[in-house]
Amino acid sequence: MISGAEIMVKCLEAEGVKVVFGYPGATICPFYDKLYDSSIRHVLVRQEQNAAHAASGYSRCSGLPGVCVATSGPGATNLITGIATAYADSVPMIAITGQVKSDLLGRDVFQEADITGACEPFVKHSYIVGKTEDLPRIFKEAFHIASTGRKGPVLIDIPMDIQLNEIESFTYPDSVNIIGYKPNTRGHAVQVKRAVEAIRHSRRPLIVSGGGVLASGVKLKFQAFADKTRIPVISTMMGIGVMPSDHEMYLGMLGTHGKPVANRALHDADLVIVCGARLGDRAVAAPDQMSEGTTVIHIDIDPAEIGKNVKTEIPIVGDMKNVLNMMIDEIGDYVVPNQWQETVKGWKKSFFRTAPTFEGFVEPRALVAKLSSMLRSKAILVADVGQNQIWCANNFMIRDGRFLTTGGMGTMGYSIPAAVGVKFARPTRDVVVVCGDGSFQMSMNELATIVGNDLAIKIIIMRNHRLGMVRELQDVHYHKRHSATVLQGDPDFLKIAEAYGIDHAEANSNEEAEAIIKDMVKSDKPFILVCNVYPDTPSI
Amino acid sequence: MQYTLSVLVENHAGVLSKISGLFSRRGFNIDSLAVGVTNNPDVSRITIVANGDEYVVEQLEKQLNKVIPVIKVKRLHDGDFISRELILIKVHCAASKRAEIIKTAEIMQAKIVDVAPSCVTVEYSECTSRVETLIDLLKPYGIREIVRTGTIAIDRGNTALSV
Repeated sequence: MISGAEIMVKCLEAEGVKVVFGYPGATICPFYDKLYDSSIRHVLVRQEQNAAHAASGYSRCSGLPGVCVATSGPGATNLITGIATAYADSVPMIAITGQVKSDLLGRDVFQEADITGACEPFVKHSYIVGKTEDLPRIFKEAFHIASTGRKGPVLIDIPMDIQLNEIESFTYPDSVNIIGYKPNTRGHAVQVKRAVEAIRHSRRPLIVSGGGVLASGVKLKFQAFADKTRIPVISTMMGIGVMPSDHEMYLGMLGTHGKPVANRALHDADLVIVCGARLGDRAVAAPDQMSEGTTVIHIDIDPAEIGKNVKTEIPIVGDMKNVLNMMIDEIGDYVVPNQWQETVKGWKKSFFRTAPTFEGFVEPRALVAKLSSMLRSKAILVADVGQNQIWCANNFMIRDGRFLTTGGMGTMGYSIPAAVGVKFARPTRDVVVVCGDGSFQMSMNELATIVGNDLAIKIIIMRNHRLGMVRELQDVHYHKRHSATVLQGDPDFLKIAEAYGIDHAEANSNEEAEAIIKDMVKSDKPFILVCNVYPDTPSI
Repeated sequence: MQYTLSVLVENHAGVLSKISGLFSRRGFNIDSLAVGVTNNPDVSRITIVANGDEYVVEQLEKQLNKVIPVIKVKRLHDGDFISRELILIKVHCAASKRAEIIKTAEIMQAKIVDVAPSCVTVEYSECTSRVETLIDLLKPYGIREIVRTGTIAIDRGNTALSV
């Protein structure tokens, strides 16, 4: 005989899960008891939301679905923001929640919450398990759904009696057959032909790379395509890192907080190839950002994204990997018109600006740029949300590494827990967090997780005692009335670091900061660097 | 523009809430939604009548297709399908008016299914516009209660929607 809880562990083992992030509680105790005997590592976070963010960071750097676990009621509801973040960022994730016993469901008993109902808008799919016998099929389906098509989180809610019940035996299914779920990944040959024909006829084509390129694991081939065709590339926030930042034909991030040169190119292009991006309002805010008559080719694995935010002439539904292969075959020796290449290169020079510095403060944009060259080439930078995110997005020079942030959801407090997951996925890489003093305080409780698991995560806090990005909005749209954007009562972050036993330092100039970073990157221990930033430093 | 969608879904608990939630969440307005099991007991069929422009219909179809237990979504085209809804109308009816109301029902091919001292209940199964006509004809007598099932629809001819 085998219990539901043991089956859950065996399912995770069968899926090759090595680490799960979670927080126990009464209704998930049967599972935790069996997990205790398993080789799967459990990472105890300090709040459930961070278990989901850690699973997201793990997933984005390992390519496997991240797994997070919480108990019923408040444990489950705390997960929601993390699940919603993974959904908005199309990150594959399995969220496992305990639930009250089946016969108590719907009676509003202690720690009961309708978590499948609450998560409905934020999950790719969800299950509430009705029979212990169903567990293997549900786990198999959940991992399949999370990691295929447009990736996303799947929630499995498991009542306690289902975990405790014993059945005869366990067999993990080899395959799934979900009648309503057969994502089209192939790419339509005729559409690809049409797209290539349109590219040939255009004079100023432009590629927009999105997170879908990274999700498809096709970065190098994509770079080769851009290299060969010389089509200029801009990216969405989720697509940062698809191209090396210093690539001749790469112009940076588009959008309200993007690079002026990228937006200029988007405005002047006569054909735009959108690759795995949804183009939300922060990417293409005003309709006049693209010129009238611009031909749009949109490649996406999710048909619902095509035509949703931007009018599309040539839709191609499919996995980037397959579509790109087809395009490479079809496009042959095509190279972009020389004039367009030269125009773009000229803009890159003329749009270049160095940020002004303020005496007695760190200039964050220059520091982030400098930081890139001080890290190893495969470094992973995790930015939080706010001005720190924009400083990083526009100035971190990616080589072979990654830039992670939540571009879709924009969840403050993402960076530290996500970095925990990243470090588990890529233990030998440099993993650096850049956050603001606002976002740091949203998840500084995870310093304990970092210390408790000996994770050499380096945290750079850009401290301006402000919620800088909201403050900027207030400057522009609310007559400089700084309602609730001054952080009063902040603790001494260095003492916080000390309390956790984390090495730390403070910098008031870029020279100081760079000297500290030089030592910081050599250490195999966590580190907190507090950079004092001039409060009126702009995002861009 | 009004449009009719036929949606085949897995016949599980919770599927309907996944679909109805989608409408409010994405700001789609629906006129009616009717659901029932098909000849295959594992499959239910939902008929949705909704309003919106071409962009809205296309988004609605695509978003419905993304729901995992949704098996198929088909947009029915005007003139190519038969639609029906069932309505029960309780009408105020003094004895003096009874013959008149029965006559109206007969002309419309509706059925009187219940008679009480001051009320009659009329049953009618027709397309929405005919149903509306009957309601208009009965309105002057005083309508006490109306129950409608929402529209169900099926393609004309040989085509059949199946899994």
